[in-house]
Amino acid sequence: MRVGVGLPGIVPGAEGDVVLEWARRADSGPFSSLGTIDRLAYGNQEAFAMLAAAAAVTSRVRLVTMAVIAPLRPAALLAKEAATVDRLSGGRLVLGLATGARQEDYMVAGVDGRGRGPRFSEQLVAIRSAWEEGTVGPRPAREGGPPILVGGSSGPAFARMARLADGYVHGGGPPRAFANAAARALAAWSEAERPGRPDLWGQAYFTLGDGGTVERGAMYLRDYYAFTGPFAEKIAAGNLTTSQAIVDLYRGYEDAGCDELVLLPTVASLDQVDRLAQVLA
Amino acid sequence: MRIAVLGGGPAGLYLAALAMRADPSHDITVIERNPPDATFGWGVVFSEETLGEFREADPKSYEEITESFVRWDAIDVRYRGETVRVGGQAFSAIARKELLGILQRRCAELGVALEFERELTEEDVRGLAGEVDLLVAADGVNSTARRVWGDELGSSIDPRSTRYVWFGTDFGLRAFTFSFRESEHGLFQAHAYPFDATTSTFIVETREEVWQRAGLDRASDEESIAFCEALFAEDLEGHRLLSNRSLWFNFLTVKHDTWHAGNVAFMGDAVHTAHFTIGSGTKLAMEDAISLAGAIERCGGDPARLEQALTYYELERQPAVERLQEAARESQTYFENVDRYAGFEPVQFAFNLLTRSGRIGHGNLALRDPGFVARVDAWFAERARAASGAGAAGQGVSATSPVQTSGERTPPPRRIAPPPMFAPIRLGSVLLPNRAVQAPVSTDAAVDGMPGEAHAGQLAEALTSGAGLVITEMLAVSPEGRTTAGSAGLYLLEHARTWERLLARVRGELSAAGGPPVGVAAQIGHAGRRGSSRPRREGLDRPLAVGNWPLVSASALTYAPWSRFPRELLPEELPGIREAFARAARWAGEAGFDVLEVNMAQGYLLAAFLSPLANERRDAYGGSPEGRLRFPLEVVEAVREAWPADRPLVVRLVAEDRHRRGLSLDEGVTAARALADRGCDVVHVHGGWTVPETRPEYRRFHLVPASDRIRNEAGVPTMVGGRIVTRDDASTILAAGRADLCVLDLPPP
Ligand SMILES: Cc1cc2nc3c(=O)[nH]c(=O)nc-3n(C[C@H](O)[C@H](O)[C@H](O)COP(=O)(O)OP(=O)(O)OC[C@H]3O[C@@H](n4cnc5c(N)ncnc54)[C@H](O)[C@@H]3O)c2cc1C
Repeated sequence: MRVGVGLPGIVPGAEGDVVLEWARRADSGPFSSLGTIDRLAYGNQEAFAMLAAAAAVTSRVRLVTMAVIAPLRPAALLAKEAATVDRLSGGRLVLGLATGARQEDYMVAGVDGRGRGPRFSEQLVAIRSAWEEGTVGPRPAREGGPPILVGGSSGPAFARMARLADGYVHGGGPPRAFANAAARALAAWSEAERPGRPDLWGQAYFTLGDGGTVERGAMYLRDYYAFTGPFAEKIAAGNLTTSQAIVDLYRGYEDAGCDELVLLPTVASLDQVDRLAQVLA
Repeated sequence: MRIAVLGGGPAGLYLAALAMRADPSHDITVIERNPPDATFGWGVVFSEETLGEFREADPKSYEEITESFVRWDAIDVRYRGETVRVGGQAFSAIARKELLGILQRRCAELGVALEFERELTEEDVRGLAGEVDLLVAADGVNSTARRVWGDELGSSIDPRSTRYVWFGTDFGLRAFTFSFRESEHGLFQAHAYPFDATTSTFIVETREEVWQRAGLDRASDEESIAFCEALFAEDLEGHRLLSNRSLWFNFLTVKHDTWHAGNVAFMGDAVHTAHFTIGSGTKLAMEDAISLAGAIERCGGDPARLEQALTYYELERQPAVERLQEAARESQTYFENVDRYAGFEPVQFAFNLLTRSGRIGHGNLALRDPGFVARVDAWFAERARAASGAGAAGQGVSATSPVQTSGERTPPPRRIAPPPMFAPIRLGSVLLPNRAVQAPVSTDAAVDGMPGEAHAGQLAEALTSGAGLVITEMLAVSPEGRTTAGSAGLYLLEHARTWERLLARVRGELSAAGGPPVGVAAQIGHAGRRGSSRPRREGLDRPLAVGNWPLVSASALTYAPWSRFPRELLPEELPGIREAFARAARWAGEAGFDVLEVNMAQGYLLAAFLSPLANERRDAYGGSPEGRLRFPLEVVEAVREAWPADRPLVVRLVAEDRHRRGLSLDEGVTAARALADRGCDVVHVHGGWTVPETRPEYRRFHLVPASDRIRNEAGVPTMVGGRIVTRDDASTILAAGRADLCVLDLPPP
C-alpha cells in the first residue's frame, strides 16, 4: 500500500508558502501523493488551484483530489481544469470525483442538488469524451486522460464507479468500514464486467503534536463536519493523534486491500508533514 | 454526577451498577414502573463470548449470574418428524427474573437508589432531563423517552410481518430447540430453550395470515395456549405452556442514527432491537451498559465533557450493534419465509437454518460440530452421486468433450466426502467435476467477432483454475449483437470452426498436463441497445468514436443518456433474431461446447424485452408480464431445439431490475418457472443493469437471496455469483440449498 499526504490548504487560514513548502517536503519524503478535498462554502483553498501550485514545486508525487464535488462545476470546465493540472504536472493527476454531501455547497453554487447522481454519471462520460476528442483543450498529458476515481457509499455510487471510473475513493473511517466499502466496490466492478480491478483509495485525518495542537485539529474537524450534526464529534474522535494510531490504521487499511491511503492534515503547520514522515519512516 | 436511569431492565440496572461501582460519588436513581419482582418474559440466552466481558466489568455480578446459568451446547432442529442435533454451540441461559434480581441487589449494595412502581410520562421524562446531568433512557422497546427525542435521534421503527408469543413451559429442554409444526392453517415454529432445571422459554411464531386463519387474532389467552399446546404436544412431552401476560406481538425492529440527544443517552431495546431468533437483546443491552459506564467514567464526572464521552460510546457500540442487526435481519427473513424450505430433507433443512444469518458458515460449523458437517457433506455427496447416475442413461452423447459421459464415470459413494463445492453435478449428459464456476470477462480482443489468442489464453487460464465449469464471454449471435467492436461472436461458421479448434487445443493441453476434465459453456446473446460501445476499460455504454452500427431493442429507448438511440424491432424481424440465436446454439454444439448459456440479463436484448423499463411495446411482445416474456421464451424454445437435447441449457436471467418501476423478484420467479418449463436446466441468477440508474445493494452475497427464491420457489437449479470469494462461502451456499453452482470471484493471484 502506498501512502500519500493531504495538502494543508484544506485547512482554513493556511498560508501560501506553507502549502508550497509542505508540497516540496512531501515530494522528497516517503509519500506517493499529495491530496486535496473540495468544498465550496468553506475556507479551504480551491482543489485544482492548489494542485497546480503543488505541481510547480514537485516532480514525483501524484496529485489527487479526494474528491472534487463534480456537479458544482460544468463538466467541460472540470475536464479543462483537470487536463491543465495533468499537463502542468507531467501526467501526475488522479481525479477523484463525488457528489458531496453538503447542501450549502449546492446552494452557494446555485446548483440544484436533486438528481445529482444521474447528472454526475453524465459528467463522467462528458469529461472522458472531452479529453479523448479534444473538444475542450488542452489534452491531458496522458492518452485517455488521468485516472478517475469515484466516491460515495450508496449502491448507486458503487455502480456508477464500476460503470465509468477507474477506481474508488473512500470517505474515511476505521479499517472495517473501508473493508466493507472495498468489498462493495469489487462486487459492483465484477458485476459490471469491467476488466481488472478498481484502484482502491482510502483517507484519514491526522494531528500530531502536543495537546493544544491535537485540540486544534479536533476543532477543525468539528467545524468542517458541522453539517453532519452529531457525526462531527465522531469524526473528530476518529482523528489519528499518535504514531501508534497511524500505524494501526495503516495496517488495517493494508489488510483491507487499500492501494493508496492519503492522510489528511487538520493543522496547517509544517511540523505536521515532518512528524508524519517520521512516523512512516 | 447526577444520573437518572429510566427503566429497570437489564440495560438500566447494569449501567447503574457499573457506573456506581466505578465512582461511588455519583448520585444514581433507577426508575421502574413495575414492582421489583414482577418481570415479564422468561429466560434469556447468552453465548460464551459475551461472558468474558461481564467478568471484567463486574466480577461479583458475573459470578452470581453464571452460578444461576443452565448451560448446554446443542441445537435441536425438529422438522418433518425428525430431530437433527447439532452440538458445539455453547449456550447459557438464566431466568430474566433471576437476572434482574441479581442486578437489583447489586445496585442496592452499591448505593444506587431504586424507585419501583413509578411510571414516567413524556412530560416527566422531559422534566427529569432538565434536572440531572445525565438521563439514561433504558426503557425498552416501547420507550417513552424515544417518543420525546426520537426525531433528533433519527428513529426507524419497522414492525415485522410475523406474530410471536413468549410462553414458558414447566420442564427443562435438553437443547436449544427449533421446532416446525404444520397445522391445517399453515406452518408454526417454536424457539425454545431451558433456563433452569425445570423451566424453559417457549416462543411460538407464525406468519400473520396463518395466525389469522387459525383464529388466534380473536382467541383468548387460554385459547391461544390450548392451540399451541396441542400443536407442539410432542415437543412439550405432555407439559403445559405457561402464560405471563403472553400476548401475540409483531416484532419491532428499532434503529437509530444517533444514540444521544443533549444529556440523554439511549441504550438497550429503547434504541436498537435485534430479532429474538438470534437471542441477543439482553446481551446487547448489557454490553451497552459496559460501554456507557466506561464513557461516563472517561468524562470524569464533568458534564461539559459528556458530549464527547457519549460520542465515544456510540462509536464503540454502533458498529457492533449494526453487525448483529444485519445478522438478525437475515435470521428474521429466514423465519418469515421458512415455508419455502418445506421440501428440504432434515439435514439440509438444519444446515440452512443454522447458516441463515450469515454469521456461521460451513467451515465454522465444522469446527463446532465436525460430525454434523461430515454428515451434511456425505448427504450432499451422496445426493450428487445419485443424481449423477440418474441422468446418465442418455445416449447419443457427442464424444467431443471428456466431461460428457454416459454414466460409467460416476464415483462410488464415500464416507469421507468433500465439501459441497467439490461435489460433482450432472446436468443432462454433462458431469461437472465440481460446482465452482469461472466466468472471465470479455477481453474486447476479437476482430469481427473472431476469437483469437487472447481468448485461448483466457480459456486456458480458467480451465486450469480448478473450477468445474467455465463460461465464455457473451458471444454475439449477430454482428449488431456485439457489445463492443472487440466482442467475440458466433454468427459466422468460421467463428464456430475457430472455437472448435481453440477448444480442442486448450482441452488437449489441459489433459496433457494431467488436468481433470472441465465443462465449457458458450454464452450467447445479443447486446441490443448496449451494443456498439467502446471497450469496457474506457467505461460502459459509451458509443464508439467511429464506426457505430445501428442498435436495435424492444423499444426505441436509449440505454443511458450518453448512449445512442436504438430502433424498435419490428415484429417481422423477431424470427430472424430468434434464428440467429438458434444458429449460434447449433454451432456451439458442433464446436464442442458442453453447456450453452443464453443471456437474458445485464440489459442486453432479451432482458430489455423482459423489463417494463425497456419494453414499451404495444404488440404481443410487450405490455403484460406474459407479453414481455413472449419473445425471450420463443428464443429459448428455438435454442433448446437447436442445442443437443442431452446437453444442458443455462439461462442467465435478470431476476429483478432493482428499480421501483422495474421487474420485481416475483416476476423473476415467474420467469424462471416459465424457462424451466421450456427446458432450461439451470437459471444463472443476475440482477440490475437493465437501466443504468438503479438501487443496487452490494451487500455480502447480494444475489443469493434471489437465487434462493428462484431455486426453492420455482424449483429450478440455480447458479449464483456476486462476490462469492472463498470455497467456504460457496460450500455454505450450496449445502444450504440456496444455489447449485457458484461463480467465484477469485482474488488476483
Ligand atoms: C420473545 C423475546 C425473546 C427474547 N429472548 C431473548 C434471549 O433469549 N436472549 C436475549 O439476550 N434477549 C432476548 N430478548 C430480548 C430482551 O428481552 C431485550 O432485548 C432486553 O430485555 C432489553 O433490555 P432493556 O433493559 O433494554 O429493556 P427491557 O428489558 O424492556 O426493560 C425496560 C424496562 O423499562 C421499564 N419502563 C418502560 N417504560 C417505562 C416508563 N415510562 N416508566 C418507568 N419504567 C418504564 C419497563 O417496565 C422495563 O422494566 C427477547 C425478546 C423477546 C421479545
